[in-house]
Amino acid sequence: MINTVPPALIFIVGGLLAPLIQGKWKKAFLLLIPVVGFINLINIPEGTHWVVDFLDYQLIFGKMDRLSLLFGYIFHLISFIAILYALHVDDDLQHTAGLVYAGSALGVTYAGDFFSFFVFWEMLTIASIFLIWARRTKKAMGAGYRYLLVHAAGGLCLLAGIVLHVNQTGSLEFGYIGLDGPASYFIFFGFGLNCAWPFLHTWLTDAYPEATITGTIFMSAFTTKCAVYALARAFPGTEALIWIGAIMAGFPIFYAVIENDLRRVLAYSLINQVGFMVVGIGIGTHMGINGAVAHAFNDILFKSLLFMSMGAVMFRTGKINGTALGGLYRTMPITCIFCIVGAMSISAFPLFSGFVSKSMVMDAAGSGHMRVIWFILLFASAGVFHHAGIKIPFFAFFGHDSGMRPREAPLNMLLAMGIAAFLCIFIGSYPAPLYSLLPYPVEYEPYTAPHILAQTQILFFSALAFTLLLLSGIYPPEMRCVNVDADWFYRKGGRLFYIIMDKSFNGINRVADKIFVEGLAGFLGRMARRGPEIITLAALLPLWSVFNFKGEKLQGRIETIRVVLQTGTAPVGIGAALATVILVIIFLLT
Amino acid sequence: MKTKVDNEKKYLFDSPRNVKILLRTFYSSLVLLLVLEMFVTKHPHFDWEGWPGFYCVYGFVACVVLVIVAKYILRPLVMRREDYYD
Repeated sequence: MINTVPPALIFIVGGLLAPLIQGKWKKAFLLLIPVVGFINLINIPEGTHWVVDFLDYQLIFGKMDRLSLLFGYIFHLISFIAILYALHVDDDLQHTAGLVYAGSALGVTYAGDFFSFFVFWEMLTIASIFLIWARRTKKAMGAGYRYLLVHAAGGLCLLAGIVLHVNQTGSLEFGYIGLDGPASYFIFFGFGLNCAWPFLHTWLTDAYPEATITGTIFMSAFTTKCAVYALARAFPGTEALIWIGAIMAGFPIFYAVIENDLRRVLAYSLINQVGFMVVGIGIGTHMGINGAVAHAFNDILFKSLLFMSMGAVMFRTGKINGTALGGLYRTMPITCIFCIVGAMSISAFPLFSGFVSKSMVMDAAGSGHMRVIWFILLFASAGVFHHAGIKIPFFAFFGHDSGMRPREAPLNMLLAMGIAAFLCIFIGSYPAPLYSLLPYPVEYEPYTAPHILAQTQILFFSALAFTLLLLSGIYPPEMRCVNVDADWFYRKGGRLFYIIMDKSFNGINRVADKIFVEGLAGFLGRMARRGPEIITLAALLPLWSVFNFKGEKLQGRIETIRVVLQTGTAPVGIGAALATVILVIIFLLT
Repeated sequence: MKTKVDNEKKYLFDSPRNVKILLRTFYSSLVLLLVLEMFVTKHPHFDWEGWPGFYCVYGFVACVVLVIVAKYILRPLVMRREDYYD
């Protein structure tokens, strides 16, 4: 038995130390962090560890059960792969941000109380935003700010829910909540935003394709899967999740078909896959939860594999749009093969990892006789093959010849992709180890003859549809364009808000400026200077007209009065007379 | 980065013959899948899963609908110039 520490600590401290270590040991140091973390993790027994008293509450940094352990394993695994993939990067900001981000994800996973959960939850956002900004382009800066604002709103929603919840129950413990009352709804939507629910999803499709090549690998793994974990912990069996998940699985595939930026296609397909997990959690049976968690595990691997292959293409060619790519299989054959492995895994081909986990969610829906949900999921299965399974490899590596002959990806990238590809095939062909780690005992056999046949049929005939549509020219050509999504509301809406605010508040400002600064102040100034003169003349002019003063004589008198009053040299009698007049007026008025 | 040069070596799918072989293999595997269905005992959750060729038809129709809807309904609705947000 060795002394263990909270898993998050190793990554966060390691990440903060990374900039201090330079030279040839740096790469070894970076790779060692997830290895040490993993050894630490497997030595922690199940149960509750690292309980710290804080004010009147208890903070728990180690709630280890089968659910959190499985997420911990895959987070360590993907950290190792992502670090290996990013090993050539000479930018400490990215290394530190990636490691702290991974550490925060582990912190969320093992948090047993709401306080530490929330702190790590917010750290996820803060750390990951640097992976976007590290791209250092204007677009990335903008996307990063939007990402920050959306997540800040979601974080506040979650915080409001937590405060209400703790107030009601008097306990900080993070466990099953279920939907009852406003507190739970705030928490529910706080989780939902990170989970990329419909209309709350655009931070993902907006920001992920703008992040750095290596940063996107980290991002595709952590934020949404932490939300899946949180939902599985707090809201299993919540019926609303079934419908939310079904919509998530369905609508992004339409966008993915017409999207040109291939990393954005993958971002949409990420939402589609998370949809399957959310459905599984919503169904809430042992099969449903097992399916959701197993699919999260597999999705992290094949989605990162797809992002890595597109990243390698981008690294070598500097391009990522479907319109600019094509025919790269000629000089990047290994990347191409890894991409196809990822594509077959996400499409759930037999012997690839998606097959053994996605079908569990389908089966859970079928066992519950949820017809509509089952049809939507089946549609989504065909659709995901269409856009992620065929479109990604086809437009990047085959299709029309772009004429580019880039070199094969660097060795570290190939190794990272190779590990992920190996695991995709290994889990797909031999799912027993994964099944043995799932939260509930598995009584499911994916490899039955009718299941294999049905899945192969649906995939091959989807491919037939793609082939025929492409050959007939109906398939929508890639276009250089922007497809508006729900982020329109805050991107254009934000601008509208700005214009309305500009017009209304600056309008008020201008009017106020005119009235008070230019008008009233000038008026008061003039009054202060010429007030006595005007009052005096108002009294004297009728008098003088009685005496018939005219022309130069009248002007002379007026001039005398003005000079006398402005210099304060009026005879005492006039001052006294004026004072008397004012006193009389006051007396009469009161 | 290198680009295409004249007289470069022929790659796998540069010859139309290989593409043709690929497509033929693909089409024959479709037929094979339909034939295999006769030899498999199904135990479905829903009635329609037992219909012959259900998954084939569904997969094909789903993808055609997907592409048609995306191309003719969604794209006119949401497509904007590339500098729309700039």
